[in-house]
Amino acid sequence: MILGAILAIWLPNLMAAIISMGIVGYSLALSFMFLGAPDLAIVQIIVETMSLIILIAAIIKTTEKDTPDEKKLSRAVLYIGSTAFFVVFLLMSIKVFYQLPPFGNPALRMASDYIASGFEKTGAPNLVAAVILNLRGYDTLGEVTVLFAAVVGLVVVLRKTGRKR
Amino acid sequence: MVYILPIILFLVGLFGVLVKRNLIKIIISVSIMDYALFLLLAMIGYRSEAMPPIEVKGIEYVKFVDPLPQALVLTAIVIGLATTALLVGIAIRIYQKYGTFDIEKIRKLKG
Repeated sequence: MILGAILAIWLPNLMAAIISMGIVGYSLALSFMFLGAPDLAIVQIIVETMSLIILIAAIIKTTEKDTPDEKKLSRAVLYIGSTAFFVVFLLMSIKVFYQLPPFGNPALRMASDYIASGFEKTGAPNLVAAVILNLRGYDTLGEVTVLFAAVVGLVVVLRKTGRKR
Repeated sequence: MVYILPIILFLVGLFGVLVKRNLIKIIISVSIMDYALFLLLAMIGYRSEAMPPIEVKGIEYVKFVDPLPQALVLTAIVIGLATTALLVGIAIRIYQKYGTFDIEKIRKLKG
């Protein structure tokens, strides 16, 4: 998965980069299956397919070539600086991970309540759907609002007729 | 220390956002950062030897995977798709106006 991500960043052809991003997305769906989240895997496969279609349509409409990287001092400084920043970030995040619950044994604060009484409260056989649509319905309302705003923005950006100047 | 994997994935995406000059590459990097966060959240909710939180008639399960991060990640995946679509739309518009995906050339061409 990390290999696919590195390929997606590094490959000079944009089509190949998008296909490598597809590798990352589908292996993410696979790891969701292993992490006990089949709903997430299904949604991830659908969403990944749609975003690949969108990106490839954009590529076909415009160009396939990546912009070449010129050899300049500022670029080298940028590469070195970002690498140093990443090392610092990694060390910091390792410290943070000791605060998280250990892998495979999460702290169930809200979720223990949901697991205990979610089936009786909602009548849904799938607890994830019950949490999304019933127990945390306002979250889903906000999500739909964001989705609507994004679609309206997309339509406004891509419309054919603009204001005459 | 399995949590190091999504962090490395996140850093690869961040590297792409900081270093690359092509707009499509930047969009791909943003999506990769998205995926890293989803993976981290799904990992936080995982319990070892637990079943997915789906009730099957006639079988009694004791341990379920935490459903709350899964629900939130499900929301976030859909929003990530909307974000990608919006970014691609803006990138197509920029290409129609300037004829390039290079952010430095776009900065130089005013108006």
